[in-house]
Order: sequence, then structure tokens, then C-alpha cells
Amino acid sequence: MSNTAAVHENEQISIKKKSQIVDVWKRLCRNKTAVLGLIIVAILVLIAIFAPIVLDYENQVIKTDYGNALKAPCAAHPFGTDEMGRDILVRVLYATSTSLSIGVVTVIVSLTVGLILGSAAGYFGGKVDMIIMRIMDIFLAIPGILLAICIVASLGNSIINLVIAQAVSAVPTFARVVRGAVMTVRDAEYVEAARAIGAKDSTIIFHDVLPNSLAPIIVQTTLQVASVILSIAGLSFIGLGIPAPRPEWGAMLSASRAYIRDYSYMCLFPGAAIMITILSLNLLGDGLRDALDPRLR
Amino acid sequence: MSEEVKKENTNAKDLTAEIKDLVVEFRTDYGVVQALNSMELEIERGKTLGLVGETGAGKTTTGLSLLRLIPDPPGVIVKGSIKLDGKDILSMSDKEMQDIRGKAVAMIFQDPMTSLDPVMTVENQIAEVIKLHEEGGMEHALTRAREMLELVGIPGSRGSEYPHQFSGGMKQRVVIAMALACNPELLIADEPTTALDVTIQAQVLEMMKGLREKYNTSMLMITHDLGIVAEICDKVSVIYAGHVIEHGTLVDIFKNTRHPYTEGLFNSLPNLENRTAELKPIKGLMPDPSNLPKGCAFCPRCDYAMEICKTEKPKRVYRNDTHYVECHLYNEDNIQEGKVSIR
Amino acid sequence: MIKFIVKRLLALIPVLIGVSLLVFFILDLAPGDPAKTILGEQARPEDIAALREEMGLDDPFLVRYGRYMFDLVQGDLGTSYKTKDPVGEEVWARLPNTFKLALTSTVVAILLALPLGVIAAIKQNTLFDGISMFISLLGISMPVFWMGLLLIMFFSVKMGWFPVAGADQGIKSLVLPSIALGFMHMASIARTTRSSMLETIRQDYIRTVRAKGLPEREVITDHALRNALIPTTTVIGLQIGSMLGGSVLTESVFAWPGIGRYMVQSIQGRDIPSVMGCIIIFALSFALINLLVDLIYGFIDPRIKAQYK
Repeated sequence: MSNTAAVHENEQISIKKKSQIVDVWKRLCRNKTAVLGLIIVAILVLIAIFAPIVLDYENQVIKTDYGNALKAPCAAHPFGTDEMGRDILVRVLYATSTSLSIGVVTVIVSLTVGLILGSAAGYFGGKVDMIIMRIMDIFLAIPGILLAICIVASLGNSIINLVIAQAVSAVPTFARVVRGAVMTVRDAEYVEAARAIGAKDSTIIFHDVLPNSLAPIIVQTTLQVASVILSIAGLSFIGLGIPAPRPEWGAMLSASRAYIRDYSYMCLFPGAAIMITILSLNLLGDGLRDALDPRLR
Repeated sequence: MSEEVKKENTNAKDLTAEIKDLVVEFRTDYGVVQALNSMELEIERGKTLGLVGETGAGKTTTGLSLLRLIPDPPGVIVKGSIKLDGKDILSMSDKEMQDIRGKAVAMIFQDPMTSLDPVMTVENQIAEVIKLHEEGGMEHALTRAREMLELVGIPGSRGSEYPHQFSGGMKQRVVIAMALACNPELLIADEPTTALDVTIQAQVLEMMKGLREKYNTSMLMITHDLGIVAEICDKVSVIYAGHVIEHGTLVDIFKNTRHPYTEGLFNSLPNLENRTAELKPIKGLMPDPSNLPKGCAFCPRCDYAMEICKTEKPKRVYRNDTHYVECHLYNEDNIQEGKVSIR
Repeated sequence: MIKFIVKRLLALIPVLIGVSLLVFFILDLAPGDPAKTILGEQARPEDIAALREEMGLDDPFLVRYGRYMFDLVQGDLGTSYKTKDPVGEEVWARLPNTFKLALTSTVVAILLALPLGVIAAIKQNTLFDGISMFISLLGISMPVFWMGLLLIMFFSVKMGWFPVAGADQGIKSLVLPSIALGFMHMASIARTTRSSMLETIRQDYIRTVRAKGLPEREVITDHALRNALIPTTTVIGLQIGSMLGGSVLTESVFAWPGIGRYMVQSIQGRDIPSVMGCIIIFALSFALINLLVDLIYGFIDPRIKAQYK
């Protein structure tokens, strides 16, 4: 009897969770700009997945062909070719995959670390909170991109080092957001109830506190992907990003600088690609914020 | 009494404010809300009119309409006239309206906590209205502002403080000082004491009474508290769903209650003489203002409702010169008899 | 107030110690031998060893850090590996340029963003609102270096109005870098101004002010805007970091002779003391500007000023 009741309760909880997601989804769909953002992000993700499969890295993406160098956009090369005769469209598409995957991996890494540090600080409070947050303050005292520059400058530029650099500078932001979110739910009655029936701290954090502080974390994650992609492009632009010859938008822009007088088309497309990516992620992030927390409207 | 005579009587009165057949709609994405529904209102010079009704009945909208401050969008004045001292304010320019606001007509808002600008000292906020409507520049305005503070019982020296340094009751006094600063002919008080403690309520009411007598100000007292009405008002309009359903002097309304809704308001007050008597709240809720009933708006909640109430709007029936009611229970013949019992 | 400032300045000390330790640690991870960098690849091993000894490169980490800090508090940022000049002098010579660029772009951004945000809020859902918010959205999505390239492409190369790079043409040189750096900040300040104005305009106290008979213009400027500035200032404060980061990129695009460009050049030359000096200076400016924003905050909001006592 009590068993069936428990099962029933569980079902109800999962129904409730589902309906919450449906609610958020519905609210998101009502927001036209957010839907636009979502569609563009979806297209970008598809490009990122299929570009490495469809395009031949050795022969299409990095193969130089000086006979074809610096061709203006035409039927064969819709975006033109660069100073080494490589097709810019192909490189822009391929770079989508690079930027997006680094962005996502970096954010997953920094989110994980940020979640652990932030929830520990927010949940335990007191000395733990003080020590963690003071250390985060030191990281936050250096503007994010400068910290990343510093790390890449020291470790040298490789994809792994880029991820480390970006993740280190993103962790404090996540830790802060998570800590804030956790602190608002920490003293809620359902958490007190869980504590009263003797639940372990880790159980409470992962089962009760975090799921209820998801909204700001999800929003921050979306916006952080945008910000990581933007700073990778920035780092590449000053020569600290993805090593050549792998295509990257910022590096492509950097290379186009020398040709800005006569071959200005070269700097249009990679820049537009960055802008569209960031724009769509921002639109989606804003839309998610509104959809997840209707009170904020 | 015929309609003709009635009209002449109205004209003979010295009215500070008069609203006739005012229809205000709030048009939002979610539909059109009828905030005021052929609203009528008369305030005689030096007298106080009580505007009584539930939350959402359109009391505050009525008050704001006298200042032409109904938020637009979404508020739209569909038809009707609003006159101050016999002049129609709906046809005035923005400039003319600005000269009236704060000078001829002033308003005390409901929530003192949010009615003051948090980043300006209170004396500057009071001086602002004085400077706008009186000669003499900032120096004079500030002196007067401190006088006004003293008048409402706050030391003038505290004028240089900011609203967050004041308690709720003191903020309300500041709001009152601000409203009275230019000796308005008409003072609109929108639930001036609702947000205050009971003890402070009494003080504030006493103070307003005193000031009214001193300056012979007309007043519109918006409230849902019948106790305040009994204490301070000369006449009462009972408003339901944006429309006056019963109007009369204090005696008319309190001793010769006619409308079932007004009766319901009295029944939902605790009875001090008979403490064991049960409270009888009015059943149900205000009707959805975007979808008002076709007949009498109170019909769905009325114990005495008849078939006719569902389909036809009741006509106005006068009990005497001052007292009228809009309800199908009454006609010229039975209005004097008192309450009509259930059929 | 002074007590508050002193307290804040004192609180900066541990943060700056932490920052220098962190940066010193990170840069210490750099592969390669500084002595070799200074003497060149062909140097004799015994010369390198001698220089290592002289520079104390073989001392433990904390000893080297302590020595660096000891010099730092005396205003000595070390010696550049490349030019052999004191880093402090190099940085000091470039600081005014960076400051000039940051200041003009911030001023331009604020002067454009406030009216834009206010008007967009007052005329909510009109064409003006739509266009200005679209521009703002572009602004926060465009990388600052791309914006710089587009500006150069159009205004320098095509129209020939402004120099392509450098700082030797006075105001003319400053225009494009300021726009590039200012645009992004203009965009986000305008967005915040709009949303906080929308929020403020609906407040009860704005209705109170209208009921006093104040002309609508003054209702907006004297009351609504002043209140809306509080969240706007927060956003301006939060942006300082990206502003400093953006200035590094902007200086690179326009070959602007500031600290940012010097830092990038130092990184490319593996000139660690210069990089270290630049980051210390950036962190210090970041902290001081944040303090300044907090003070401005108190100036706007008396409720916050009360906490400063």
C-alpha cells in the first residue's frame, strides 16, 4: 500500500518536472527573437557537426593553392579565397566546428568546477565560503581575457591550453552565479525538511539545492559559450589562439588585415560569422532568462 | 420629483469636481478591461465625498482621472466629461493640465513606501511642487517646504534627509505635506491610511481633518474602510465595477441602506455590540472586468437577484434629494419603505 | 566618505598580492630559459649560467616572488628582456595613450547610450525603439576587432578621413579606435538604460511627480533618469573588465601605442617581465576604476551612500 503510494508520488514528481519544462518551452516559443536565436544556434550546431565530416581537412581546408590566391567572391568561391588560395567559405564553415566545440568543452569544464566550488561555498557558508570566494575574487580582479592571455602567453598556444585559459577565467563567474543561486534556496523550507530527515549534505546539494537553482545557471551557461567564443576569436586575432593552419575566425580576420586595402572582402565573412554566432547565443540566452524566470519580465 | 427639477438642483450646487458618464477602458494584449463604466461623481466645495468599494472597483482610476493621469497606454477615456470648477479638463492642453496638477487638485497616493522618489531629499520633493506653482524661487520654496513638514508634525530640520530614513507613517505625512503644499481646492486621498498601523492611522486622519477645516478644502476620500467614511465624509458614493450603485449623505447610506451590495459591505464588518454575531462576507468575487454581466453587475453575487437583473441594467431611483440607488428591487413606490424582504 | 575610501584601498592590498602571486606563478610556468632569451640562442652555456646566477633564477619560487614584490612596492617593475629598459618606464610612457582611449570611448559610449536608452524607453515599441535596440544588439555581438577593421576599411581606406593606424595625428587618430571600443559599451549601456527606464517609469513615485504638475520632460530627466542610472551604473561597472580587455584588442587593430599593444608585443617576444608589468598595471587600474564606480554609485543613490560612513 505504502509502496504504491510512493510510486504514485514519484510519478507525480516526474509529471510536475515535465510540465515545468513544457511551460518553459512554451514561454520560449512565444518569444520571437528567442526562437530566431534558437534556430540559428541549431543551424550552427549542425554546421559544426557536419563540416568536419563533409569537408576534407587536408585537401579543402588547409591545402594551399597560390595560383588561386586572393580571388574575389565568385561562383566557384562564394566568399572568395585567401592569401594562400584557400576557399574562405570552406574555412569559415570548418571554423564553426572549432569555435563551437572549444566553446562548449570550455564551458562544460568551467561549469563543473564552478558548480563544485560555488555550491560548496553557498551551501556551507562560513569559512569555506570565505576561502573559496576570496580566491575567486583574486581571479575576478584580473579582467577575464587578460587572464586568458596571460595563461596562453605562458603555456604556449595549443587547443588544450586555450581551453585551460578560458576555463580558468570562466570558473569564478560560474562559482559566483552558482553560489548566489544556492544561497537563495539553501534556507528554503524544503531544504530544511531534507536536513531534518537526516539527508547527507551531498544528497541535499545535488537533489534539492542545485535543481532548484538551475535557471540562472542555464542562462549563464548560454551566455558564457558566447563569451568564450568571442575571446577565442580575440586571442586568435592577436596570435594567441588556435595554431595555424587550422582555420579560426579571429585568426582569419588577423590575416586579412594585411590585405584590407585591396581585398577587403576577406575581413567580411569571418567577422560576420562571429557576429551571427554571438548574436544568436545572446538572443537565446536572453530568451531563456525570460522563459525560466517569468518574474524577471 | 421629476428629472427636470433634479437637473436644476445639480446646477445650483457649487461643485469643485464633477464627473459625468465617464467610460475608461484598459486595452491590453490580453483583452479590453472596463475600468470605469459610466462613472458619475460630484464633490461640493468644502465637502468630503467618500468613494467606497472593493479592490478593483475603479476607485483609484476615478481619482487619477480627475488629474488626467490614467496611465496611457493602456488606459483610454472612451467618453464622458470631467469638470473641475465647471471647466472641462479633457479638452485642456498639457500645459494647462500641468498648472492644475499639484495646485488646484492634489492627490495623496495609497502606498507611502513607494510614492516618494528615493534619490531626492524630502524637502526638495515638497519644494518642487511649491516652486512650480508659486512665485519666489527655490529659496522661498524650501522655506515653505520646511513649514509644511512642521505642519504635518515632522521637524523641518529633517527635510534634508532621504525617504529611506523615514518610517512609513512619516513618509505618508510627507506625501500629505506635498499634496497640501499649494493649498489645493480639491484633495484626492487614495486610501491614505491603508498602509499604516492603526494608531498612526488615527493620527493621520485627525491631521487631515484639521487641515481640511483650516483651508476649506474639498476632498475625495477613496477607501474601503467604512469607519473612515463615517468619521470624515459628508457624502458617500458606493462604487461597484466602475459604476456608482448607491449615493447619499452619511445618514442616507448608513441608516437607510438600500442596495444589497452596500448592505453586504456593512454586514462584512465586525459588530462591536454583538461580538458573537457571525461575519457575513459578500459571497463570490468582483466580476471579471473584461467580461461584465449584461444586466446588473452585482447580480451574480446578489442574494436578492431576480430574472430581470440578469438582462437589464437597473434604473436610478431616488429616495430623497440626496439619496439614490440603482437596483431592480426598488421603484418610486417602495423606495421609502426600507429594505425589501426576500420574495 | 574618506574613511570608506581608505578602507577600500586597504582591502585592495591582499587582492593585489593575490593577483601578483597568481600572475607570477602562471608566467613562471613558461617554458624556455629567460637567460637564453636575453643572451640569444648562440650564447655560451657558461655565460647563460652566470646570468642565471646573477638574476637569481635558480632560487626557489617564493624567494623570486618576494624579490619581485620587494621591487614592485618601490615602483620597480623589473627590466625588459628585450630592450633592457625598466619595464616601469615603458609602461609609464604608454599609460597616457591607453587612458586617453579608454576615457574617450567611455565618454562617447555613455553620452550616446543614455539618450538612446531613454528615448527608446519613452517611445517603447515604436520604430525608433526597434531600430536602436537592434543596433545595440549588433553592438554587443560584434567583436571589437572586427568593428575596428570595418571602420578602417570604410573610413580610412575608402573615404580617407582618418589614419589607418597609429596615434600621430592627434584627435583624428583617436576617433576610430574610440568608436570601435565605445560601440560595444554603448550598446550594453543603452540596453540597460532602456530596461531600467521602463521599470522606473512605472514606479509610484513617478506618478507622484506627475501629480505635482511637473512637465513631462523634467519628470524624465530629474526623476526617472536619476533612478534608472542606479542599475545602469552597475552595468557600466561590470563592463570595465571587458573594456580593458577590449582595449588590448583595439590597440592591436589600430596599432595604438598603449599598454595593451605593448603587452601583445611583449608576449610575442617572450618578454615575461614586461607582460607581468602590464598585467599588474591592468589589474591595479581595474581595481581603482571599480572603486571609482562604487563612489559614483553612492553619489547617485543616497541609500548606498549611507553605507559608506
